[in-house]
Amino acid sequence: MSDVALRMEHVYKKYRKGEICNSLRDLIPTLTGRIFRQQELSENDKREFWALQDISFEVKRGEAFGIIGPNGAGKSTLLKLLSRVVKPTRGLLHVHGRLSALIELAAGFHPDLTGRENVYLYGAILGMTKREIDAKFDEIVDFSGLAEFIDTPVKRYSSGMHARLGFAVASHVNPDVLLVDEVLSIGDALFQRKCVDHMRKIIQHGATVLFVSHSLKTVADFCSQALLLDHGHPIMKDATPRVITQYMTLLQQRRAADQNRPVVISSVTVRDAAGPCHRFRAGQKAWIDIEVSAHEPCRKLAVVLYVLDQSHHPLFTTSTERLGHGSVSLGSGDILRCTFEVELNLGPGVYHPSVNLLRYDCEQLFDSWEAAETIYVWSEKDITGPVNCFPRVVRQDLSSAEQRGASCYPAEEREIPENVNL
Amino acid sequence: MKEQLLELYKYRELLYTIAQRDVKVRYKQSIMGFLWAILMPVLIVLSGIVVRYAYALAAHAPLQTADIASVAVKSLPWAFLVSSIRFGCNSLIANRDLVTKVYFPKEIFPVAAVMASLFDFFVASTALVVLLLVIQTGWSAYLLWTPLLLLATVFLAIGTSMAVSAASLFFRDVKFIVEVVLTFGIFFTPVFYDVRMLGEKGKWLLLNPAAPVLDGLSACIIHHQPPQLPWLAYGLGFGFVALFGGYVFFKKLEPAFCESI
Repeated sequence: MSDVALRMEHVYKKYRKGEICNSLRDLIPTLTGRIFRQQELSENDKREFWALQDISFEVKRGEAFGIIGPNGAGKSTLLKLLSRVVKPTRGLLHVHGRLSALIELAAGFHPDLTGRENVYLYGAILGMTKREIDAKFDEIVDFSGLAEFIDTPVKRYSSGMHARLGFAVASHVNPDVLLVDEVLSIGDALFQRKCVDHMRKIIQHGATVLFVSHSLKTVADFCSQALLLDHGHPIMKDATPRVITQYMTLLQQRRAADQNRPVVISSVTVRDAAGPCHRFRAGQKAWIDIEVSAHEPCRKLAVVLYVLDQSHHPLFTTSTERLGHGSVSLGSGDILRCTFEVELNLGPGVYHPSVNLLRYDCEQLFDSWEAAETIYVWSEKDITGPVNCFPRVVRQDLSSAEQRGASCYPAEEREIPENVNL
Repeated sequence: MKEQLLELYKYRELLYTIAQRDVKVRYKQSIMGFLWAILMPVLIVLSGIVVRYAYALAAHAPLQTADIASVAVKSLPWAFLVSSIRFGCNSLIANRDLVTKVYFPKEIFPVAAVMASLFDFFVASTALVVLLLVIQTGWSAYLLWTPLLLLATVFLAIGTSMAVSAASLFFRDVKFIVEVVLTFGIFFTPVFYDVRMLGEKGKWLLLNPAAPVLDGLSACIIHHQPPQLPWLAYGLGFGFVALFGGYVFFKKLEPAFCESI
């Protein structure tokens, strides 16, 4: 058995734009028209477009793989190709083992049926046998936390309950390859935590997982490798942090070219006392220069600086206004330059200074540049975690039990309470 | 084709589950519940009695129990055909989410629709058997033809459902055409009347694939006669061809479902 779980070779997918004939009445003029205009149609048919072009990648067994890209990049099409509901126009697609898709949960639910009946229905749709569902039924219900309502028709469920039950079923399918869409963002924080833990468990048990997501955080958290798509073309396939950085650059290029915004962040640079710099020692000072240019007048603008860690979790936020410099109003063509001085009290690792342009009183976001820069922080001390408290050990001495003598602790205090888990 | 059938076999549990869902959903939140399965055949029988009564008046002949029993026997398979084709025709559109998002052999939907209608048919048949026992129509060895005739009906239902459900994804007109044909089809099918009443020209009506099957059912259950073999062969053959043709047609269109639904 090969260790490749999934492989795509030069896959192309073509779609037709616009209305496909939906009634016989429409078809007749189209057909007659086609006979007369056959040549020109085939030469220049503008109603066709390529949703995906020349996609090749392979995912190893037990690997978590991310697919990211802006809207219209072809992520959904890729997902549909993988789940085999549409066929590629050209190219080959191999999937080894049972594939299951965690996409748009609860598409398979029928509102009139009870939760219990729907668990069986949805399980069957996802490819489980009745026996498998029987065996896992309690686990599924337990996971969803809906034991009380399991015999209530699903139409009386809240949308959160709906989604929880859907996820509970879908995540208990035990496939060899699992496709995951934007589904890890359902339910309350507690349930999300549960979902994430469960996903990790699935990956640890050797399933291959493909994440197709807008959420860079999810992809960064789970996937070691990722593929960046744009307009149906593969842009980059590499280790996830690098792909995410590339994606950020792509978004920035697109954003800067966008003339519709009244004001854009035109550049962000990080430097030390000497000049532009990307490697810093923990605790060192850094200066972040930000340039903002306005196409149209805009009022009460504040520049917000925030720092993300490698997985794009925000660590720290501040702004010109919050630091007591007030807001600025820009006229058309004006350029605003500001510099933040920060002390990098950070643990060793990769960080992304990011910038927003915000008007505080009406919470209007003018522009946002996530991960505008990437910096590496190193430390002489061996510590982990995003913050650096510059620790030092000032005392370490051992006092052995014999020295203190048994009398230090009265006998009754030494008894261990029964409910303590050793 | 062999692979496709094997795959369908692999997904048989899903087929049962979907059929089960279709049955359950139909009777959820209704007070009459399974009695609805009998309602449509009962209405057909009642209208049959009216038609038969008018016919008897015009012919100055008495209305016989056997005539009414014959209408009842024919109305059940007809109701089954109508409901499975109507329901089957919509089955793909009604399950749009599943058609576009999850992979499995999509013929499961029309077939499950037929199976759900078959369930209704069995409920109603049970009532009919009791009725026939009460009015004592008797029985004969010709009853053994019944399973074969029912099989032909089921084949016809599945084949037609597959074909129209696939076609209606591409052209919504199909739905309306099917609706009209099913509504007026009863006049072209010997349910209320016997083909014999129309004399020689009645033979033409037997070209309607449902006709020889219904006629055969009435002959062997009520009249204790063998079915007309050549026409029976025609009905059965048509059933097979419909099943096979419908399946091939469905499978040919299936890859394009997702994009044109």
